[in-house]
Amino acid sequence: MEKKIGCYICTGCGINEALNVKTLTATVAKEQKIPLVKNHAMLCSPEGVEMIRNDMTSEGVNTFLIAACSPRVHVETFRFGTPMIERVNLREFAVWGQPDAATDKDAKEDAQALGEDLLRFGCIRVKKMNNPEPFEDPGLSKTILVVGGGYSGMTAAKGAADAGYDVVLVEKAVELGGKVAKMHRLTPANPSLPGKDGLQETGAKALCLAVETHPRIKLYKNARVKQTVGAPGLFDVTIDQAGSDTVERIGSIVVATGYNLYDPNKLGHLGYGASPDVITAWDFEQMAREGRIVRKSDGLPAKRVAFVQCAGSRDKNHLEYCSSTCCTVSMKQALYVIDQYKNEASTCVIYQEIRTPGQLEDFYRKAQNEGVVFVKGDVKQVAANSGGGVKVQVADKLLRGDESMEVDLLVLATGMTPNIDTTDPNVSSNLNLSDEERAKTVLNLDYRQGASLPSLKWGFPDSHYICFPYETRRTGIYVAGPARRPMGAASSATDAMGAALKAIQAVESISRGAAVHPRAGDLSYPSFRKEGCTQCKRCTEECPFGAINEDDKGNPQFNPTRCRRCGTCMGACPQKIISFANYSVDMIGAMIKGCEVPPAEDEKPRILVLACENDAYPALDMAGINRQKLNPYIRVIPVRCLGSVNLVWIADAMSTGYDGVMLLGCRHGDDYQCHFVRGSALAEIRLSKVAETLSRLQLDSARVRLTEINIMDVDRLPGLLDDFVKEVTALGEQPYKPF
Amino acid sequence: MARRCVMADGQAASQTILVVGGGMSGLTAAVEAAEVGRDVILVEKRPYLGGRVAQLNKYFPKLCTPACGLEINYQRVRNNPRITVLTLTEVQEIQGSEGDYTVRLRENPRFVNEKCTACGECAKACDAEVDDEFNFGLSKVKAVGNGHNMAYPNRYAMSPEFAKTPEAEKLVAVCPVGAIEPKMEAKESTLHISSIIWATGWTPYDASKIRPYGYGRIPNVTTNMRIERMANKFGPSGGKIVRDDGKEIKNVAFIQCAGSRDHNYLPFCSRICCLASMKQTTYVREQFPDAKITIYYIDLRAMDRYEAFQKKIEADQGIRWIKSKPARIDADLESRSPIVIGEDTLTGVRYADKYDLVVLATGMEPNIAASPVPASGMTYDAYGFLANATTGIVGTGCATGPQDVSGSVQASTAAALKAIQSAAKARG
Repeated sequence: MEKKIGCYICTGCGINEALNVKTLTATVAKEQKIPLVKNHAMLCSPEGVEMIRNDMTSEGVNTFLIAACSPRVHVETFRFGTPMIERVNLREFAVWGQPDAATDKDAKEDAQALGEDLLRFGCIRVKKMNNPEPFEDPGLSKTILVVGGGYSGMTAAKGAADAGYDVVLVEKAVELGGKVAKMHRLTPANPSLPGKDGLQETGAKALCLAVETHPRIKLYKNARVKQTVGAPGLFDVTIDQAGSDTVERIGSIVVATGYNLYDPNKLGHLGYGASPDVITAWDFEQMAREGRIVRKSDGLPAKRVAFVQCAGSRDKNHLEYCSSTCCTVSMKQALYVIDQYKNEASTCVIYQEIRTPGQLEDFYRKAQNEGVVFVKGDVKQVAANSGGGVKVQVADKLLRGDESMEVDLLVLATGMTPNIDTTDPNVSSNLNLSDEERAKTVLNLDYRQGASLPSLKWGFPDSHYICFPYETRRTGIYVAGPARRPMGAASSATDAMGAALKAIQAVESISRGAAVHPRAGDLSYPSFRKEGCTQCKRCTEECPFGAINEDDKGNPQFNPTRCRRCGTCMGACPQKIISFANYSVDMIGAMIKGCEVPPAEDEKPRILVLACENDAYPALDMAGINRQKLNPYIRVIPVRCLGSVNLVWIADAMSTGYDGVMLLGCRHGDDYQCHFVRGSALAEIRLSKVAETLSRLQLDSARVRLTEINIMDVDRLPGLLDDFVKEVTALGEQPYKPF
Repeated sequence: MARRCVMADGQAASQTILVVGGGMSGLTAAVEAAEVGRDVILVEKRPYLGGRVAQLNKYFPKLCTPACGLEINYQRVRNNPRITVLTLTEVQEIQGSEGDYTVRLRENPRFVNEKCTACGECAKACDAEVDDEFNFGLSKVKAVGNGHNMAYPNRYAMSPEFAKTPEAEKLVAVCPVGAIEPKMEAKESTLHISSIIWATGWTPYDASKIRPYGYGRIPNVTTNMRIERMANKFGPSGGKIVRDDGKEIKNVAFIQCAGSRDHNYLPFCSRICCLASMKQTTYVREQFPDAKITIYYIDLRAMDRYEAFQKKIEADQGIRWIKSKPARIDADLESRSPIVIGEDTLTGVRYADKYDLVVLATGMEPNIAASPVPASGMTYDAYGFLANATTGIVGTGCATGPQDVSGSVQASTAAALKAIQSAAKARG
């Protein structure tokens, strides 16, 4: 369909008073050659929108340039059923963010120049913009693969199946159930609910049965994932079941492989190995399940039991994190002893901090009420008693002295480690795995960046664990339960439901050709002009989501459904062969060059600001809303992520005569805030190499700067921009200014 | 906001999900369900979304601004035609059963209509001020305004008390677009929906109920949520943590479990307060590099991966950690400084230490306790939190128990699936 652009300039909200709308209109119509330009006194009013809609029918307008207020408002007002729309932020940037035009004539001139340039940018963008064709493939599947048939995996599988989705569940053991099925009882999820304060049945049997008999769940027991090839919607997963392979077409994946127990052999300092009566919480659970809480040494009843917390957890020599469930597990197990031996039971929990968040405090209270003794202290010595049992010496921090206790069993509440392979967050590849090592991975992904999910810390595979806890760096693959973060059964059940939702959302989005978080709904994705490729591999290495594989010759093999549409590949490519239908190196380059840079003698510098649209741009926008004065010489172009900034834009800016370029993006490094994980970090690395280009142009590298800002730096921004303008101006004349 | 509202009697309507509460939990549930492809109606009783999270200065453990995640979520709302946002709206009554609910809503008047451009002329002309609820009454705001920087939707609202005054009428002429309507009335409407997610969040526990701590009576005893606002540069003191007399702060105490884990007040643990106070020590440190900081605690609850954050804070040598629940706070009348009195459980030593500022780490009271779900057959726990039932009305976030942001997002994503399951069941 032929593109028909309509440009609509709003004259309300002070735009008409601050700017010469007639000249703006001429800029669009005459200079930019977009003949259909209309003004309206209040474009967001029903009448304004009606005017645009009329043009859709009478003039066939299908591409919209709305020059009015911020793109952060009135999105729904200016929704015309197409992504072919561009907003020019006249109000916030050229009116509210500038001095009052009525009292300041110079300012009026500057604001006018700014408004015209913003319109030029908008015109160039809509002219270069194409309607993104959503990715389609007849082979797309909505089936969800769940790896792991424990509590989390079964809950995820049932959760997705109950919502109407086909599920393939792969469990390595011969039976479903995982660790929870081997437990005696569970801690109550909410002990403050009426009648729910005591120990709970695991419910594992019923859950196993529900999963086994669910018409939508296809079950592979005694099986493992041998290989995962492809991309979300199009994964071909080879499942090895007792030596025979089956390939399933899969849409998205929930990994629920659970946890491993921390190796107690490393806990000699807590007495493990000193006596058979020093055991792990897991071994104790098995005893309780069999109904025989006895000494391992001689089989006599174990009525006196002590539980040691943080056995391997919260310890810089072992697991640095808290395993989160050990406190309540030990309370639960102490209640087993009391349940079995009644008044003869003597139980003690030796702890650092009791961690019973939320309503679990009531469970702590229950344990205390039932006679469990809590000792805050450190285990100093553990020795086997000649007559069985162990003698434990504890430095009691509350009684302020050493205390010696004789117990039948000393139970170490060992922590949990995620049962999943991950790649180091700082290394983008585990390509060099041997076939044997690959075979041991949970998914054995055929990704150029490695067979495993990248981790953030401590081997937990995620990327934004506060705001977006399910996001891994592999699209369509979500992790649930203790493989994601230390958690108990109740929390795992919730987690599994959440991960199943994300998996469903991924297949539904992919079926519409749309991106998932954070550019949810975006239909555009990059295309590669392969004949221009030099096999430099930057795109395949730098994609934060591992979307691009390589063929034998090093050519990029792009997987649209793995892509989050950040444009990091586009920014990385030195050959400029990667473009989106509505975002490209050429488009932004043309916008940059479209600025009308005044000659040097005018002493009106121009600074290009490439602003991350997620945080930096809203901050600039809010500065305008707050009527803070934004330096009139800056020209802001929003980018999807700083990762998408191609260095050629710097050269474009310099050859156009801009005095400086500022990149505004998110914090990177530890505690990064980049929504695309690596974008701003990669921009920094690329920028470190720009000095060479600049020196070739005989320009000072101080003309280009990357500044980390966050969305609330609204107050700091105007000063920051003013300072940069000053510093750059002080560097002297930019030799590439027009005459 | 000219948003399409699914006032439903057709087929499409029966699949619609109602989310009650526009804080992080409700926002998450709404966008997660909508991005699956479901129609969602999100109702919020305040004039803007964002809930408690919008009031926070920083998140633990990354010490980043919550506005960053909020903005992304607002983007997801703005860009998704399946989400209808109704602000100033409360649920009056719910009837029916899973898959087929009839819900009566009341939309309270904003007194500013959809024409509002947030230009600010009305606020400029308005002399009347009201207590700023967003800043916990630490400041006054104009009786007409848009709340705060991250208010979404960015549209002004007028205080109902002010709307009744003749001054409000005068603003009608001030507004260049005719958006001021002091005579606007509440509207009732009825929706048909398949399932409901209840995410009405929490209110900071009223510290004045903890009488021995003298909040409201003893100067310079404040609360953790007030510190969040004070430390925020757009807050009532421009980002400065201040005493009421403006005197320099050299010595700050945080009292954990102020009201929580206590049968006299909130018997449960509020989960976030340990980490919140640890976070707030960084605010103090940033502003007062030499300040002494004391944390009185019972147990330090930095669950699972947050342990790294505790370690980070423990590296600050200027922090004294005292295992003790202080018995009471006295006032030193002359210096207007609070004196914290109690016994150190680890040393047995009694203390009576004077501080420039004492921060009570108050806990979470579920909003649902005061405003239960207006439907029959709901189950609540001993403290009024909603039981996470399997019916078509699903609780999430702090409506079901004390939660941090990450846990709320987790639970709300799960709640979205439960709601979709209800719709699937209704479909048969």
